[in-house]
Amino acid sequence: MQIAFTINGAPTAAEAQPRVTLADFLREKLKLTGTHVGCSHGVCGACTVIVDGAAIRSCLTLAVQADGCHVTTVEGLSPSGDLSPLQAAFRKHHALQCGFCTPGMLMTLHALLTDEPYADEARIREVLGGNLCRCTGYIPIVAAACEARIAYQGAKVQP
Amino acid sequence: MKLPPFDYRAPTSLQEALALLADHPGDARLLAGGQSLIPILAFRLAQPALLIDLRHVPSLNHIDINDSATTLGAMVRWCEIEKSEPLPQAQPLLYDACLHIAHFQIRNRGTVGGSLAHADPAAELPGVAVCCEARIRLSSGQEIAAAEFFTGALQTTLAPEEMILAVVFPAWPAARKWGFAEFARRPGDLAIAGIALFYDLDMAGRARDAHIAVIGATNLPMRLSSAEARLNGADLNEAALAAVAQAAADSADPPADIHASIAYRKSLVATLVRRALVQAMSR
Ligand SMILES: Cc1cc2nc3c(=O)[nH]c(=O)nc-3n(C[C@H](O)[C@H](O)[C@H](O)COP(=O)(O)OP(=O)(O)OC[C@H]3O[C@@H](n4cnc5c(N)ncnc54)[C@H](O)[C@@H]3O)c2cc1C
Ligand code: FES
Ligand code: FES
Repeated sequence: MQIAFTINGAPTAAEAQPRVTLADFLREKLKLTGTHVGCSHGVCGACTVIVDGAAIRSCLTLAVQADGCHVTTVEGLSPSGDLSPLQAAFRKHHALQCGFCTPGMLMTLHALLTDEPYADEARIREVLGGNLCRCTGYIPIVAAACEARIAYQGAKVQP
Repeated sequence: MKLPPFDYRAPTSLQEALALLADHPGDARLLAGGQSLIPILAFRLAQPALLIDLRHVPSLNHIDINDSATTLGAMVRWCEIEKSEPLPQAQPLLYDACLHIAHFQIRNRGTVGGSLAHADPAAELPGVAVCCEARIRLSSGQEIAAAEFFTGALQTTLAPEEMILAVVFPAWPAARKWGFAEFARRPGDLAIAGIALFYDLDMAGRARDAHIAVIGATNLPMRLSSAEARLNGADLNEAALAAVAQAAADSADPPADIHASIAYRKSLVATLVRRALVQAMSR
């Protein structure tokens, strides 16, 4: 099936078999291997990408379901190539070790903080409940997320 | 884990979707959020020839609230329920229970109709639907009581060519007392057990019309009538709390699995009934 969508700001058209998940499509067809696949059935969160502004699990979405949508992957977090404020906070707080969970963590937090830049620590922890990390123990990830909030607050006033 | 091959269609009207279902008797599956169906395909527990994606079918994603009922369309997603402004007041138990469903990313896609059709015994929506005597509106024109719709773990009365259009909750009196308590290992995981309950107060301040439903600790969502009978007419004191919790644990018939033993789940049911009752009394 022919599908057309925007990937990290660039309009793209490609052939996708219906059975191919968005995660596999991004990695194998578009060679965007930043998106990781940990479990393939929705429990680990490593495959999180943003579709039309909402964080989703790309292993539980078919590529053909992204037809007509705006997809952002970890490669799209920082168009300039410099670290985004969230990425910089991850680096500062050692919020990654092996890095396998990191793309999913970043995309989940990017979606959350874009929508809710004043999310408190409890909300951040609740949301990260859907993402597994086997290395860090989560504490540095929560610290990085808390620090990065200010970069998302911008013109948004506190509710 | 790769999915088995299938064809994919994304119809743009309800008629078209129903026609596609009818043309592939038993061999097509509706695709709503995919948050349960795609894992099922990944594990090869089903190998349908066709997936019919409902994302372009209009008018299935409304939340309608009026004086007699609250209606959730089949394609209403968990994140839309969470963001609804009138729902917490119109249906507080339903709203609160839905906040416990799944993780952030799954909430952005999972739907009301998918949850009801999937009929996981630990899922929140089927449990509150049974508790509140909600009715499930089908494409055949029928409306069926939730308690009759669910027949077992992952089993319903839904026919292969039928679609869920909406679920209808009766209006909620403002003074009603209610509680919802569940236990899961991580927030957003399916509950090991959960309790939804409500009751009204009679003139003397005693409970009446008690509804107590359990999820996770039985093979389908169900009301616990012996616990309800204990609560009806009771003065809400410590002894009554203990008796209702015990009756609930005695009448639940939980499965043993890798998450918990039978004894653990029964004890959890008693604890959760107590917690939900304490919530109700404080409201
Ligand atoms: C890691 C994880 C954790 C989860 N935790 C929870 C939880 O805590 N609580 C909970 O309740 N759920 C949980 N879920 C399940 C989630 O809520 C699903 O979204 C939901 O159960 C199914 O909704 P869906 O829209 O994704 O349906 P789909 O996966 O698209 O469909 C599920 C089934 O319903 C059928 N179907 C879909 N729509 C209709 C319709 N309108 N009419 C008839 N049949 C239809 C499909 O054909 C399929 O058989 C979890 C899922 C995952 C992966
Ligand atoms: S790979 Fe998608 S949730 Fe684990
Ligand atoms: S950094 Fe290794 S899994 Fe999270």
